[in-house]
Amino acid sequence: MDRAMGGAPAVLTGSAVRRWVEKSAKVLAENRAYLTDLDSPIGDADHGNNMDRGYKAVLEKLPESDDIGELLKAVAMALISKVGGAAGPLYGTLFLQASKPLTGVREMDGAALAQFFDDAVAGVKMRGRSDAGMKTMLDTLIPAAEAFRQANGDGDDLAAALRAAVDAAEAGMKATIPMRAQRGRASYLGERSIGHQDPGATSSYLILQALADVVAEAP
Amino acid sequence: MKKLINNAEDVTVEQLQGFGIAHSDIEVQFDPNFVNVVGGAKDRVAIVSGGGSGHEPLHGGYVGMGMLDAACPGQVFTSPTPDQMFAACKAVAGDQGVLQIVKNYTGDVLNFQMAADMLRDDGIDVRNVIIDDDVALKDSLYTAGRRGLGTTVIAEKVCGAASQEGWDLDRIAALCKKVNLYGKSMGMALTSCTTPQKGSPTFDLGEQEMEIGIGIHGEPGIERTAIKSADEITEILANHILEDEAYTRNLSEWNAEKGEWVDVETIDITFEDGDEAIAIVNGMGGTPVSELYTVYHKLAEVAGRHGVKIVRNLVGNYITSLEMAGVSITLVKADDEILRLYDAPVNTPALRWGI
Repeated sequence: MDRAMGGAPAVLTGSAVRRWVEKSAKVLAENRAYLTDLDSPIGDADHGNNMDRGYKAVLEKLPESDDIGELLKAVAMALISKVGGAAGPLYGTLFLQASKPLTGVREMDGAALAQFFDDAVAGVKMRGRSDAGMKTMLDTLIPAAEAFRQANGDGDDLAAALRAAVDAAEAGMKATIPMRAQRGRASYLGERSIGHQDPGATSSYLILQALADVVAEAP
Repeated sequence: MKKLINNAEDVTVEQLQGFGIAHSDIEVQFDPNFVNVVGGAKDRVAIVSGGGSGHEPLHGGYVGMGMLDAACPGQVFTSPTPDQMFAACKAVAGDQGVLQIVKNYTGDVLNFQMAADMLRDDGIDVRNVIIDDDVALKDSLYTAGRRGLGTTVIAEKVCGAASQEGWDLDRIAALCKKVNLYGKSMGMALTSCTTPQKGSPTFDLGEQEMEIGIGIHGEPGIERTAIKSADEITEILANHILEDEAYTRNLSEWNAEKGEWVDVETIDITFEDGDEAIAIVNGMGGTPVSELYTVYHKLAEVAGRHGVKIVRNLVGNYITSLEMAGVSITLVKADDEILRLYDAPVNTPALRWGI
């Protein structure tokens, strides 16, 4: 690994964001069957297919730009038009809300990334009218955003803070297993939704992990 | 899986291609996919709906004079996307704005809200009314709330007629909300159904079992029991509807002053002695019309026992779930205004009268 002396980079560049998107697409394609299997008992068995189709469209639409706002907006619009179901508008709003303050921005430091996560969470909460504990992607995203802000405030570098966020995301994802769903199609199962890991929480974890991996691998 | 399909991925597009040739007075658009009346709404409010495919004739079959101006079909049992809804609304909107009629399924609601945001940013006046009439669900606190069923058909008919009469957007949105509060539905399944993509049944139902309170995508209902007679099943569904207490829930609505979507507490009606109603006895796709008339016979009796007089009826397949066998019953309390608009002329592939 060709890493600079002194560890991971202090900023996330536009080209790193592009690599994050490409890595996300790869990971979601690899986990397509896994996500769909998670979605079978409590949803409609299409989450893996929908996310894979969405990120494939993202790759086609991704501009040759280092403007992070422009990149994330392109991600949002492709997901909105290709994913469908509930995940399309939720992920679309996540990236759309988070992209708004980033127009013209070409690199993000820890503070900017902390704000990015907070904006992403706020977007999903607003669109889904939901919060932590309802067995959704927010059970992954909220602890991740909090852990990142904490680690960044403690002076961790970007890679370490993202690793902390991914650890919190993984714990949050697993915490959806005993939860009773309160949003989406799974909520109609009531008690029968207990015992299943939420597919949306899982895809959110995979996308966050892709970001942490890209930063850890950064030259 | 035995189905009349070519390739599973192509069913939505091939269905639209056929629909376009069959109904030359309706235009079919691809990429994004939607159907619309020729010429759009021009100087009246445009009425637009949409949802997953597999529920035909909903919604494309209700596009035409006196009902919908456009409809957006998603993949089978999957919500359409905001770019479709945006394009459909743009295509038919005149200067009086757009009413979106949205069945209460999480995907449909979220995608239509995004489309409404995009339309508003584009300078188009838009209202978004949710239909949630499925009385099988008692509790909205821990679920996504009651689902949208047959009341959607009546809302589309009545709002389309109001648009033809030249009502303004606020008045039509208020009418649509009233129809939702006046309508209650409940369904049941005798068999499951198979989406072309999945290729195997959406849920398992034994040979001697039925699911009471089923959703139109096979979502679970109130209970799974041994199969009963048509009269007993009708009695269960009708009693749930006629004895359903006023249902209180929060429905999401755009607040122009605050500039955000807000929850509005909404309470529906209960049926009372002396009420008149429009009834739908709806086949889920795999039940013969002869059996639906058996259900209607019993429904009229049960309604009469509750003092509710059915003054108009639809018996047939109006909001289906592919080849699922089963039935849903809808009763919409009918006041003079709703009845007059219901009786107004309509000319669509699936509903046609007065012309």
